[in-house]
Amino acid sequence: MFRPISKRLSQSDDQSGARGDQTLEFTFDGRRMFGRAGDSLAVSLLANGVEAFRETPVSGAKRGPYCLMGVCFDCLVVVDGVGNRQACLTPLQQNMVVETQHGARNVDSLEKTGQ
Amino acid sequence: MGGGIVGASIAFGLARSGERVVLLDEGDIAFRASRGNFALVWVQSKGLALPPYAAWTQQSAAEWHELARILLDETGIDVAHSQPGGFTLCLSQKEVDARLNKLKQFHNLPGVAQFPYEILDHDEVKRRLPDIGNKVVGAVYSPLDGHANPLLLMRSLHNYLTIKGAEYRPAHAVDSIQTEADGFRLKGSWGEIRTAKLILAAGLGNARLAPMVGLEAPVKPSRGQLIVTEKTTPFLHNPMVTIRQTNEGGILIGDSKEEAGFENVTGTGVLSVMADRAMQMFPRLRHLNVVRTWSALRVMSPDGFPIYDQTNSGPPAFVTSCHSGITLAGVHAITLGPALSQTSRLPEILTAFTPKRFHVPAHQ
Repeated sequence: MFRPISKRLSQSDDQSGARGDQTLEFTFDGRRMFGRAGDSLAVSLLANGVEAFRETPVSGAKRGPYCLMGVCFDCLVVVDGVGNRQACLTPLQQNMVVETQHGARNVDSLEKTGQ
Repeated sequence: MGGGIVGASIAFGLARSGERVVLLDEGDIAFRASRGNFALVWVQSKGLALPPYAAWTQQSAAEWHELARILLDETGIDVAHSQPGGFTLCLSQKEVDARLNKLKQFHNLPGVAQFPYEILDHDEVKRRLPDIGNKVVGAVYSPLDGHANPLLLMRSLHNYLTIKGAEYRPAHAVDSIQTEADGFRLKGSWGEIRTAKLILAAGLGNARLAPMVGLEAPVKPSRGQLIVTEKTTPFLHNPMVTIRQTNEGGILIGDSKEEAGFENVTGTGVLSVMADRAMQMFPRLRHLNVVRTWSALRVMSPDGFPIYDQTNSGPPAFVTSCHSGITLAGVHAITLGPALSQTSRLPEILTAFTPKRFHVPAHQ
């Protein structure tokens, strides 16, 4: 019933001849980390020993992944400068720059650059 | 009867006056506007065709300060009430003119409770709300408008009732009410209870319950859909009639109205129009993710105004129905509850809200 997402992907990839088990590099708050292609960012962070992904906007309490299926919004992180990304629904990518989500998301920078 | 915001607010006033209160409520699956509402404490558009409603609303906005203070003192819960003034943003000159006409007609009525408001053009709105979009043509502003956190209000009211010794009985839907010489006998699958004084605040359930004591409350559901975004840093310090930022940072978008029976579902048609208008009003909202949408059922009378009525013979029973339970929480808790305790009569101003008005043939 349970098996690594990367294994499932690599099996299907065997048929399509695309990617296999592959190590990806990323950073979390500036620390260098490694994960597997096909894993979610949340799982990759947990596998690297990261438990606190964010601090809540209301009390500042530390939070980490709870449901791991896109419902609880407790695994929010900043990914490549974009805040409040759900780590459990974000596939790990090579050279991702990931940061703790401190409090509420701020969209001022996006607003200024007119994105 | 009714453990939502309306019932709990009135029960607050009763308990504060020293009454022994038992609050009968339905269970978790009840239609509960108290949990799904937009939570404005809103004055500027209320009662423009019924002056006593405007006065009652203004009184409530004023009494909200006392309610919030007592709740904080007694329960330690800050219900995030604030009255920074609210805006109705208009996206066309037609919308501005329509608002203006209504307000002028109202203020020309004799004896109305005047309230302060301003009509603002785009530049003035932009000065006060720098984040508005270019498509905002103008706005109506009233300093009396505010908002609160309805979930904290609900919890705080119920905590207060517990502290004051009131009994809350969930899963106590009432099937029948018998009038007796000195009170009422209420029955349900849970058993029965007797009371000398009965207050119906059962929302949409009032339509079924009021006739059991010779009263009426012909209310029907009016569906409102809501959107909430992820929490974001505070940028909107005033509530708009359709957009507000909660004390916790999420942006609420609301105010749709549909007659859809008892179907509390959402649909992308209405939601997308709401989202589009919101983004025209505040373009920065386009960066935000929506985290939830839901709908709730307003308790709507035929003319949209509240219903308050009472029995004129036999033991005292009252019915209260409104779609603005948050706005009216102040006056329900501070004035109405104590009045029902001390005089067993509705305050004089509420005679304008009798459902007998629905039996008068329309003229003009």
